[in-house]
Amino acid sequence: MELLVASALGLVTACGVYLMLRGRTFSVVLGLSLIGYAVNFFIFVMGRLAVGVPPLVADGAAGYADPLPQALVLTAIVIGFGTTGYVLELALRTRDETGSDHVDGEEPPQ
Amino acid sequence: MTAHAIVLPVLVPALAACLMLFAGERRRGMQRALGLAACLALAVLAAALVVRSASGAVTAYFLGDWAAPFGIALVLDRLAALMLALTALVAAVALAAATTGRDPLDARGRYFHPLFQFQLMGLNGAFLTGDLFNLFVFFEVLLIASYCLLAHGQGAARLKAAVHFVVINLAASGLFLIGVALLYAVTGTLNMADLALRVPAAAPADAALVRAGALLLLVVFAVKAAAFPLYLWLPGAYSAAAAPVAALFAIMTKVGVYSVVRVHGVIFGPGAGEFALVAMPWLAAAAIATTVAGAVGALGAASLTRMTAYLTIASVGTLLIAVSLASPAGLGAALYYLVHSTLAVAALFLLAAEIGTRRGAAGDRLQSGAAIPRPVGLGIALVVAAASIVGLPPFPGFVGKLMILGASWGLAATPWLWAVILGTGLLALLALARAGSVLFWQPGETGAAPGAATRSALAAPWALLACGIALAAFAAPVKRFADDAARQIADTPSYATRVLGDAPGSTARPLRPGGPR
Repeated sequence: MELLVASALGLVTACGVYLMLRGRTFSVVLGLSLIGYAVNFFIFVMGRLAVGVPPLVADGAAGYADPLPQALVLTAIVIGFGTTGYVLELALRTRDETGSDHVDGEEPPQ
Repeated sequence: MTAHAIVLPVLVPALAACLMLFAGERRRGMQRALGLAACLALAVLAAALVVRSASGAVTAYFLGDWAAPFGIALVLDRLAALMLALTALVAAVALAAATTGRDPLDARGRYFHPLFQFQLMGLNGAFLTGDLFNLFVFFEVLLIASYCLLAHGQGAARLKAAVHFVVINLAASGLFLIGVALLYAVTGTLNMADLALRVPAAAPADAALVRAGALLLLVVFAVKAAAFPLYLWLPGAYSAAAAPVAALFAIMTKVGVYSVVRVHGVIFGPGAGEFALVAMPWLAAAAIATTVAGAVGALGAASLTRMTAYLTIASVGTLLIAVSLASPAGLGAALYYLVHSTLAVAALFLLAAEIGTRRGAAGDRLQSGAAIPRPVGLGIALVVAAASIVGLPPFPGFVGKLMILGASWGLAATPWLWAVILGTGLLALLALARAGSVLFWQPGETGAAPGAATRSALAAPWALLACGIALAAFAAPVKRFADDAARQIADTPSYATRVLGDAPGSTARPLRPGGPR
């Protein structure tokens, strides 16, 4: 499972970085969202991978999953959702004002 | 009541912002009154907290009374109190500048006042929190407000700058979370005091992870502080922002510096065993490059606002040089210089905007344009601000740079540091002298009708400059406070005791309660 999780994280992050380095605001927003997913998953995994164990005290539990990263991820998701919404709106507004969806607000010279 | 005073700098702006939203955008007078009242309350609170922290006590406040390290702790020490006071001062002046004049900034768009208060809430929270994840949350609070404030008033240039600013800060936020998660994975805690105890005890197999976490956090703080090579977002953003917003943003780069001091001074400080001062070699190199890049940029800037933005970068570099010395003397000098540079840069942003208004069509671009009406008062203010930033006696910049030079004496790198600090001072002097002579002494024929001069527009920058002059006049008590703050930072064990209480030795706790490792 470690290998699967780690390679999935790496793949998503790589896609996110690639998209973020593109010139159009829409790809950049997608890239930021992908990086956000990868980061949230990374936080979750940092509480160690555990299958079928409760995060809270329970009678006769063999072990516990760390509940704190789960709480942190909730916070990070909410913040990421809010900022993604803002950056989308900002990108749309910039496209309206400048007539270009390039991140620099103008078409690059051909 | 006094026990709860520590949380008030976060609650007061939050409450004020919510009340403003209820008051509605139409009642701007009420919003202004609320905003100024909140700033005044913050100033009084900050003064009270400075007095309280001056006794030398580190006071911890546990939100919801959950004991550290399980709950979130706010921690008041001298450094936090100093930053709170500086924030309150700059915020009050910036708000006054934003609400006065013929075309006040707060009337040019909606929700300026609530956003301003949320920005203050984020700033104050970042300075007070003793928890690494909570620091991230307050960073986001202040950043979300700053994204909107930067774009406030709109216009294509401002929106373009906002896109760059938002994207780079979101990328940095992702790195911040990765760094925090790495440290949590190894230590099982997020409380800074607890981290300071557990990081040195990390297993050798985890050493690489801790190191990676520490350096990732350094990268994040370098983005916020605009350190080389991550400073490229700043000139565009700060020169596009409205002047009062740019003046408030003068403190935002200092949040990055503060975080370096707090995280790399307390958690990875001299007492962190294998990880002691892990970031400092990188920081020192970046600081020198930042100072040079800022000064060279100032020399090549095409407008006074852009030049001020580059001078902000140079001042951050000088500050980081002092921080990277990692000695109480260096840190004390850095804190004094931090106060001075924030005030001076904020004043220069406001002055640049006023010069731009008075010159009409030519704006603050460094080319000949209409003669400035009633130039004497404005010119004197510009000279005082410029001399202060460059570091000419008797202004506080001189005192601050002298302290940094003194603190860096006797090291192997001393000649380099002195050459950089003095050389960049000379470059900044050349840049500002050129700007002043072009703007004031080369009126061209081309100018359209110059903008009218309002006397009150100079009140805000003069207020900041007066604080700067007071900083030079009362350098001794301020420096004593800064030195005490630096010594307090270096004294990690007593900080940890104050925050974690007399609970059985934190390291005795299992790394992750109950869970398989």
